[in-house]
Amino acid sequence: MLQAPEITPEMIEQDKVYQEMGLTDKEYDMIKDIMGRRPNFTEIGIFSVMWSEHCSYKTSKPLLKKFPTEGPQVVQGPGEGAGVVDIGDGQGVVFKVESHNHPSAVEPYQGAATGVGGIIRDVFSMGARPIASLNSLRFGNLNTGRVKYLFDEVVHGIAGYGNCVGVPTVGGEVQFDDCYEGNPLVNAMCVGLIDTKDIQKGIAAGLGNTIMYVGSKTGRDGIHGATFASEDLSEDSESKRSNVQVGDPFMEKLLIEACLEVIHSDALVGIQDMGAAGLTSSASEMASKAGMGMEMNLDLIPQREENMTAYEMMLSESQERMLLCVKKGQEQEIVDIFKKYGLEAVAVGKVTDDNMFRLLHKGEVVADIPVDNLAEDAPIFHKESKVPSFYEEYQRMPAYQPEVKDHAETLKQLLQQPTIASKEYVYDQYDSMVQANTVFSPGSDAAVVRVRGYDKAIAMTTDCNSRYIHLDPETGGKIAVAEAARNIVASGAKPLALTDGLNFGNPDKPENFWQMEKSVEGMSAASLRLNTPVISGNVSLYNESNGQAIFPTPVVGMVGLHESLDHITPSHFQHEGDLIYVIGETEAEFGGSELQNLLEGKYFGKAPAIDLDIETKHQEQLLVAIRAGLISSAHDIAEGGLGVALAESLFNDKELGADVQLAGDLTAALFSESQSRFVVTVPEKDREAFEAKVEDAQLVGTVTATNQLVVRNGEKEAITEDVTTLQQLWKGAIPCLLKSKA
Amino acid sequence: MKFAVIVFPGSNCDRDMYYAAKDALGEDADMLWYQEANLEGYDAILIPGGFSYGDYLRSGAIASTSDIVVQLREQADKGVPILGVCNGFQILLESGLLPGAMLRNKNLKFMCHFENLIVENNDSLFTSKYQKGEVVSIPIAHHDGNYYCDDATLARLKENNQIVFTYENNPNGSVADIAGIINEQGNVLGMMPHPERAVEAILNSDDGLKLFQSMLENWRERYVAGA
Repeated sequence: MLQAPEITPEMIEQDKVYQEMGLTDKEYDMIKDIMGRRPNFTEIGIFSVMWSEHCSYKTSKPLLKKFPTEGPQVVQGPGEGAGVVDIGDGQGVVFKVESHNHPSAVEPYQGAATGVGGIIRDVFSMGARPIASLNSLRFGNLNTGRVKYLFDEVVHGIAGYGNCVGVPTVGGEVQFDDCYEGNPLVNAMCVGLIDTKDIQKGIAAGLGNTIMYVGSKTGRDGIHGATFASEDLSEDSESKRSNVQVGDPFMEKLLIEACLEVIHSDALVGIQDMGAAGLTSSASEMASKAGMGMEMNLDLIPQREENMTAYEMMLSESQERMLLCVKKGQEQEIVDIFKKYGLEAVAVGKVTDDNMFRLLHKGEVVADIPVDNLAEDAPIFHKESKVPSFYEEYQRMPAYQPEVKDHAETLKQLLQQPTIASKEYVYDQYDSMVQANTVFSPGSDAAVVRVRGYDKAIAMTTDCNSRYIHLDPETGGKIAVAEAARNIVASGAKPLALTDGLNFGNPDKPENFWQMEKSVEGMSAASLRLNTPVISGNVSLYNESNGQAIFPTPVVGMVGLHESLDHITPSHFQHEGDLIYVIGETEAEFGGSELQNLLEGKYFGKAPAIDLDIETKHQEQLLVAIRAGLISSAHDIAEGGLGVALAESLFNDKELGADVQLAGDLTAALFSESQSRFVVTVPEKDREAFEAKVEDAQLVGTVTATNQLVVRNGEKEAITEDVTTLQQLWKGAIPCLLKSKA
Repeated sequence: MKFAVIVFPGSNCDRDMYYAAKDALGEDADMLWYQEANLEGYDAILIPGGFSYGDYLRSGAIASTSDIVVQLREQADKGVPILGVCNGFQILLESGLLPGAMLRNKNLKFMCHFENLIVENNDSLFTSKYQKGEVVSIPIAHHDGNYYCDDATLARLKENNQIVFTYENNPNGSVADIAGIINEQGNVLGMMPHPERAVEAILNSDDGLKLFQSMLENWRERYVAGA
């Protein structure tokens, strides 16, 4: 255990103690230059967390600059707690995604729970009421006891925290692949609603103004969490369990209500949550953003444990804490508001004008750091990038042509693949309806939450098919954005903007960095073309366990707007007699597909191709048709292809069926994962109007009342299955895997 | 008609309850912070769902010891209609205003989805606008919704027609499929399902609205009779 008083600045330099904190020799020298002397133990600790990848984005910054971040709809782009987009009527939607991968790998319940808590704080610290949560989860295959435990406890943690704070968990996705076995991914997204005039900033402005601390007391939990998040997981990660924070959702709920009351107080200057790197990052960023300095007396910090050192207090990641900048002389107004909720707001420091971050403890100055250098001047690394040989090999391979003899049996098997199978087991544990605004809860293409009192609603989704990105990061990056937008459009909304949750392996390996580079380029191209700028995000690197990197997984969290409640469109078939259309061309594309996974147990070859102009055309034309009231249902065609999409469209207990005639090669028609496609249903009477508006739509069949899925191929009746049977297989797959012996 | 919605620290369906009374039903409603509330003069009292005090002890146990429960008892004795939903039901059980206790759901997990409820008793001021035996779709969202009482209590509940709602497909293991019960006087209803989340078609069901309409209708009748 490191003990501050025993380690002198000289020892830090000589024994390279900074390396244990994740700093390199070069970074140490830079810090010494900035300070004009050797930093002490507390100071080097502060630098190490602020300059960790998690806080400084020192590796990913050159890539993040490629993202388009502007548009007329953008009210607040990257840089604050969360981004904001305009939804009219003086209202904005605030949202961001964040990862909690490493904590969840060693302590899944608390890791996932505090991930939810952290992202919710990012949203309400902007002044917004959190109105929805989503998540994006990745696990290994459900065939080992450890993976089942991680899966169960992550879901349990999200539920335990999210349900208690009263923010509905309305959507998400879960993907299972071997590459995530030792390093699961837990990304949480929160969406808030705000009157744009109430937007808060995390700044500590105004010389002499008071810095106040609110929320849970500071303990020794989570020390160096940001550094932990910035290295590979290994055998001894288990010993990092004490780096994982413990959540208190009840405290969070009180903070939400109190902070949303405080933002209306004239006494408040700025507010920020203490997230990664706790007190260090919130305080130094607030001062730096305002162009000011800050002095804090650590004796005044509410402490949960005895004899905490300055180092421990500054690096603690205890949860449910906020830092406020308050007008001098008006502190009591703030104290009174928090008191109502049983919370104590304590003055711990003041704004100075010397641009220094100065900390006092037991009568001594324990840190005195130029704040802008600390917050802004982390070195930026341009990492080496190299095309992986496996990529070149994939590109050279002839197109993979699967052999399917029994299409009905294959469809049944696909419906039971855990990535495709019903996630009811997961989302039933989430309160998806609290706040009484949820129109579509988990299980739809996009979740839909209406805006109370207005004729509009918000659509939201998280998406990322990392298999395509593994095969071809640029194409896969485009697809991730396009698929998210496709889900938003299928629900009847116009896509507005996205938040990116970039999860990659160790960037020091050139092949990994190349994947990062290319996937960001692909995502940027699609964001630009689909007019969905990137307004916030998070980077999680070093997602490796025992030297094996995860598939590159840049999760896209996207938000869209239904301009009228009438535009809200279900993904399930609705009426007998409706015509079934497929929008978009189907090619024989099986690289990275669920069928390839089923038949070969691995992914290889080329990812499906995507043409962003065609994608845009299909999305725009479908939205026009939806707004014209011509569409009964719309569902995007994704993993498992049209076959799975048709079956899923029938899983709404309406006892409907479908009779479909597919031409050409049936395997491709049913199971290819060609992009830019939708399956939609249209009332017979609207046939002409629909066909006039949507060019690339092919009529494939009709919705029936038989509760059977019938697929014909020429004269042959290739599939005739009871919908109930298919639905039971699809629903039962995950519970069945969990029950089976590991 | 004027509704009071009691807000405890950790309540999270307080607004939903408020909007059900205010917007969906179109009557007056106030949200009252538990420490500042004066329940005098309200025509009905709503105790919302959520996690009062984090439910770190037994669900509803800490809230049931707060001063507001003394007022709640007074109003209950006076015959003022009191509806407790989810955590509100748990608080009514913990405070002894209704008999029985809540256990963890039988699968030990939180569950949230629509359930079909059967209206067992439509002869109450909360259910008069339903038909007896009517099946209604109302969501549940709870971890501790497995209602338990001993045989003698169950016999009394049945005898007095105090079982108001039962589950068509018991999701949580509740004794006798119980989803909601009323006190002997008939003015205190506790139920685990959330009628306030089912008051508009856009929320996928408006079957809960009749519960609030029943309260309104009965208030009007009493008001007219008393005037």
